[in-house]
Amino acid sequence: MKSQLTRALEERILVLDGAMGTMLQAYNFSEEDFRGERFKDFHLSVKGNNDMLSLTQPAAIAEVHRKYFEAGADIVETNTFSSTTIAMADYEMEEYVYDLNYASAKIAKEVAQSFTEKEPHKPRFVAGSIGPTNKTASMSPDVNDPGYRAVSFEELRVVYKQQVEALLDGGVDMLLVETVFDTLNAKACLFAIEEVKEERNSDIPIMVSGTITDASGRTLSGQTAEAFLISISHIPLLSVGFNCALGASQLQPHLEAIANVTNYGISAHPNAGLPNAFGEYDETPEQMAAQIKKYIDKNLVNIVGGCCGTTPAHIKAIAQLVKGVTPRSITL
Amino acid sequence: MNTTPRYMRLSGLEPLIITPESNFINVGERTNVAGSKKFLRLIKEEKFDEALSVARDQVDNGAQIIDINMDDGLIDGKEAMVRFLNLVIAEPDISRVPIMIDSSKWEIIEAGLQVVQGKCVVNSISLKEGETQFIEQAKKIKRYGAAVVVMAFDEVGQADNYNRRIEISKRSYEILVHEVNFPPEDIIFDLNIFPVATGMDEHKRNAIDFIEGTRWVRDNLPHCSVSGGVSNVSFSFRGNNAVREAMHSVFLYHAIKAGMNIGIVNPAMLEIYDDIPEDLLVRVEDVILNRRDDATERLLAFAETVGQKEITEKEAEAWRTEDIQSRITRALVKGIDAYILEDVEEARLSVDVPIKVIEGHLMTGMNVVGDLFGSGKMFLPQVVKSARVMKKAVAYLLPFIEEEKLKNGTSGQSQSAGKVLMATVKGDVHDIGKNIVSVVLACNNYEIIDLGVMVSPEKIIQTAISENVDVIGLSGLITPSLDEMVYLAKELQRQDIKIPVLIGGATTSKAHTAVKIDTHYNNAVVHVNDASRAVTIVGDLLKKDSSILFKDQLKDEYARFRENFNSRQRIKEYLTIEKARGNKYQIDFKAEDIVAPNQLGVQVIENLDLKKLVPFIDWSPFFRSWDLHGKYPEILTDEVVGTQASELFADAQQMLQQIIAEKWLTAKATFGLFKANANNQDDIVIPPTPEGGFQRDDKKSPFEAGGVIFRTLRQQSKKAAGKPNIALSDFIAPLESGLQDYMGAFCVTTGFGTARKAKEFEEALDDYSAIMIKALADRLAEAFAEYLHKEVRTKHWGYATREALANTDLIKEKYQGIRPAPGYPACPDHLEKETIWKLLGVEESIGVTLTESLAMWPAASVSGYYFGHPEARYFGLGKIKEDQVKDYASRKNIAFAKAEKWLTPNIAE
Repeated sequence: MKSQLTRALEERILVLDGAMGTMLQAYNFSEEDFRGERFKDFHLSVKGNNDMLSLTQPAAIAEVHRKYFEAGADIVETNTFSSTTIAMADYEMEEYVYDLNYASAKIAKEVAQSFTEKEPHKPRFVAGSIGPTNKTASMSPDVNDPGYRAVSFEELRVVYKQQVEALLDGGVDMLLVETVFDTLNAKACLFAIEEVKEERNSDIPIMVSGTITDASGRTLSGQTAEAFLISISHIPLLSVGFNCALGASQLQPHLEAIANVTNYGISAHPNAGLPNAFGEYDETPEQMAAQIKKYIDKNLVNIVGGCCGTTPAHIKAIAQLVKGVTPRSITL
Repeated sequence: MNTTPRYMRLSGLEPLIITPESNFINVGERTNVAGSKKFLRLIKEEKFDEALSVARDQVDNGAQIIDINMDDGLIDGKEAMVRFLNLVIAEPDISRVPIMIDSSKWEIIEAGLQVVQGKCVVNSISLKEGETQFIEQAKKIKRYGAAVVVMAFDEVGQADNYNRRIEISKRSYEILVHEVNFPPEDIIFDLNIFPVATGMDEHKRNAIDFIEGTRWVRDNLPHCSVSGGVSNVSFSFRGNNAVREAMHSVFLYHAIKAGMNIGIVNPAMLEIYDDIPEDLLVRVEDVILNRRDDATERLLAFAETVGQKEITEKEAEAWRTEDIQSRITRALVKGIDAYILEDVEEARLSVDVPIKVIEGHLMTGMNVVGDLFGSGKMFLPQVVKSARVMKKAVAYLLPFIEEEKLKNGTSGQSQSAGKVLMATVKGDVHDIGKNIVSVVLACNNYEIIDLGVMVSPEKIIQTAISENVDVIGLSGLITPSLDEMVYLAKELQRQDIKIPVLIGGATTSKAHTAVKIDTHYNNAVVHVNDASRAVTIVGDLLKKDSSILFKDQLKDEYARFRENFNSRQRIKEYLTIEKARGNKYQIDFKAEDIVAPNQLGVQVIENLDLKKLVPFIDWSPFFRSWDLHGKYPEILTDEVVGTQASELFADAQQMLQQIIAEKWLTAKATFGLFKANANNQDDIVIPPTPEGGFQRDDKKSPFEAGGVIFRTLRQQSKKAAGKPNIALSDFIAPLESGLQDYMGAFCVTTGFGTARKAKEFEEALDDYSAIMIKALADRLAEAFAEYLHKEVRTKHWGYATREALANTDLIKEKYQGIRPAPGYPACPDHLEKETIWKLLGVEESIGVTLTESLAMWPAASVSGYYFGHPEARYFGLGKIKEDQVKDYASRKNIAFAKAEKWLTPNIAE
């Protein structure tokens, strides 16, 4: 599969899917829907725990994936952004982490395979989504105690390793360490991935995508784009890039900052613009595609997709944009 | 663009990319507890905010990477590293630069790597512990995403010359790049910057070899970097910053040209190359580039003229503003005597009677010293320095106290914790250990009555009574002193004295004390072989409420020890001397194994240049004499005692240079090579002249007429099958072999001048230097013996003409032939020294005399035999039986009782 992926990446700009959360909102799932049969007696409210829908509403998840593939995506992300024991602690669902990741990977993989069978000239891939968790290893949550840390590298390594193993068991084609706002979290994750790769003699490709939080041009943990790139480049990567927080146009300078100094692929999955006064993303597919065209003109990217607020319509616009375009050349 | 070049890329919050065009990358070194005392103190006192400001200052002053090191025996390095890094990370103005995580402990490195988001540098790993560990650590570092400093160090040791630097860096590089797949651009070689201008020939190429090694590495190992700790190069000029700054600049100028691109440099300790005055520049370059043989001497001479003042003042500033007690305490703890008199004067003016300064200010400070020493936070050399300050302070106060006494008629005497009599026993001249214990006890407020060396038992007992002392401390180094101690114990008992006795010195042991001394004295006898224990023991002995209990416990302990010891002893079996001779060490003597000396007869060296001895010094015992345990040179970087050892070593180097330059000591020797054959009674017979050649210049040997006979002793304990019972005579061809064999004898001394100099220091209230000069004289004497042995092997005897051994090999005694010394394990019989003295005319030619216990005077002397046969080796005689003692007495024609007396320590019960 990797060679297929590699070949695809050399031939064209690959399209990543758009937001999962935005799509699931449309289903208007109730507390009972979230619980499904399996968790009907669960002791806490679980509404809003989107990742658990892979267990309780698998058809809906599969449908979202299908819509993105139909829109032209080459890669969909598993519904596992928060499927770590750290993030699941909010719902006290730590013990289901393996099931969540495994089920999500299975669902996405089945959909991808059905598309690949239909269109063998355009194989579809699944990226196991690994979020940043809701704790930071290099920042203190307590302003009065800057030396305090809520989570350690070692805790993160263990947690991530569990997620990675489940995703691999479920059949993902690559791993996407995304929305990195603290590079140390990502390094712990990469460390865990390397351990799993060594143990399983696997060469699963890895994408890393950081998040530049605001106009300062830095990650939440304070690094510039290039410092972030340097800090994670010790691991062989399929791609490195940025996602979330910013719209496509705000992201461009940071992509430029790294595209010139790495041989890895470059990925971008920006939000549909910046949120409006109501916290909604209202950049239209056409507007977003117009921004992304600039990436292409400048030969900045190898993988492009959408994050918050993006829909199959956005992805479709992007897919049409990149069709037939020669990608930025990379060394894999 | 898609082929990015292989540059080292590091990151803090911001990137640091090191390209061929980059200027020299300066690593900040002040956040290193091993290098900065201030930083160490801040960390110890948990003043992390101030410690952070040290880090910030460095970044503000242009450090592009900051080195953080928490390796100190007294702090939890891992905890401190993590805590400090977490705080650094929270300060964007510091954490913008990459961090160098510096530790000799892997667990600290790993803990550091786990808390830093940016790409760090690990400082360091090496092949020291072998390839397996090296590979394992390199793999982990790669996985954590850091660059690495690789020390030029392997299983054999540190690279200290050009070829070793190349050999180790090449091997490290190949393993890293080819086996670990470590990116070569992330490798930084630390090729070991060592001091130059130390006075030692073997250090002359230290700088130039580093520079040339750097050039080789940069030319041959693609993409990697070269780094080093620059301040090491000027180590021998500590205290003279003007010269040091110039040395750093000159060194860097040439090293950077050769390709050194990263370095740990204190920017404040760097002179601008072009601003170095021409005359200084030339001399410094001569030293760095090793351009002339006398470069060191010339720079040393010049250095004295270059400004020294301003630095000592600069360093002084901070603590001088503290209150008077803090200043006095600090002066005592740090051993700084520069301000003690003015501080004591200030203290004196603040109290109503001067004695209160001693009882108050000074004792408060000394209590801190005592506590630190007792808890292992200070080491012996520091305590001795503290004592020096204390003595000066007390000496200053004494006239005021006397005056007060006259005025008020009050006693004015300070209350001491107790009186301790110290003496080296009759016939023995060794006193380094005794002096150290005296100083340490004095520091703990004991009054010391030091009777010196070669003290008769009568004088010891008389003084103990008249001075009403609380403890008697006896010291001795040679075996006959053991008997003196037994005799003293008997005498004390006979005169019904009840003062506890401390036993110490190199040949003393708990076993001997328990078995031979304790049984003769009803009061407490304690074996104490290190100074820190002496303080606790004396304290316990004198504690009013518990001393009786403690003495009873001691008695019990020694009785139990004796019982165990004796029950172990009985197991041993012995052969009769005849049977032992039948199981001698069999050498198949062949003519080709025996080399006739190039020069037979006796020779005298009147005054050897001490400089020649320096490379032969074995430093490990030097550190031992100061209670710092570990092997040189590793001890200098030991995590517990390294700082202390380095400081002591620097002081020693400085005094050594003075000894050499100002000729404090005189090195003399006499040695001779003679025809010799063994007989069947373990004797070695040296025939009379003329061919034996006893002529020494125009004088004739007193033994010219009859020759001499060395009586050797044979191992008698029953050996495992196939193992011989050895005597030294086995290494000499027997008469009946028909082969003419040879042996030699020697006596060297570097002791003349020691006593005078030590006295000068003592009079200047400087016990530290007084002990130092003795310790150094001892080392020089041993070095002389080693030097002379080499001269003999390669020239005068000449059986090893092609030998070329490094100093470490000499210390490991890897050469052919041995030089056993009477009084030591192979020939514990001191009486044979008299034979050597007669044979060589030692006293007449070089003035070294023998005391009644046959100790050599001056103490810094070594005498012994030379055996040249390839199979000659060192061994220990072990215990012998009475039959051999009788046999020996009759061979030597002395009374049995005399033989028994001298051989006592070796006679089996």
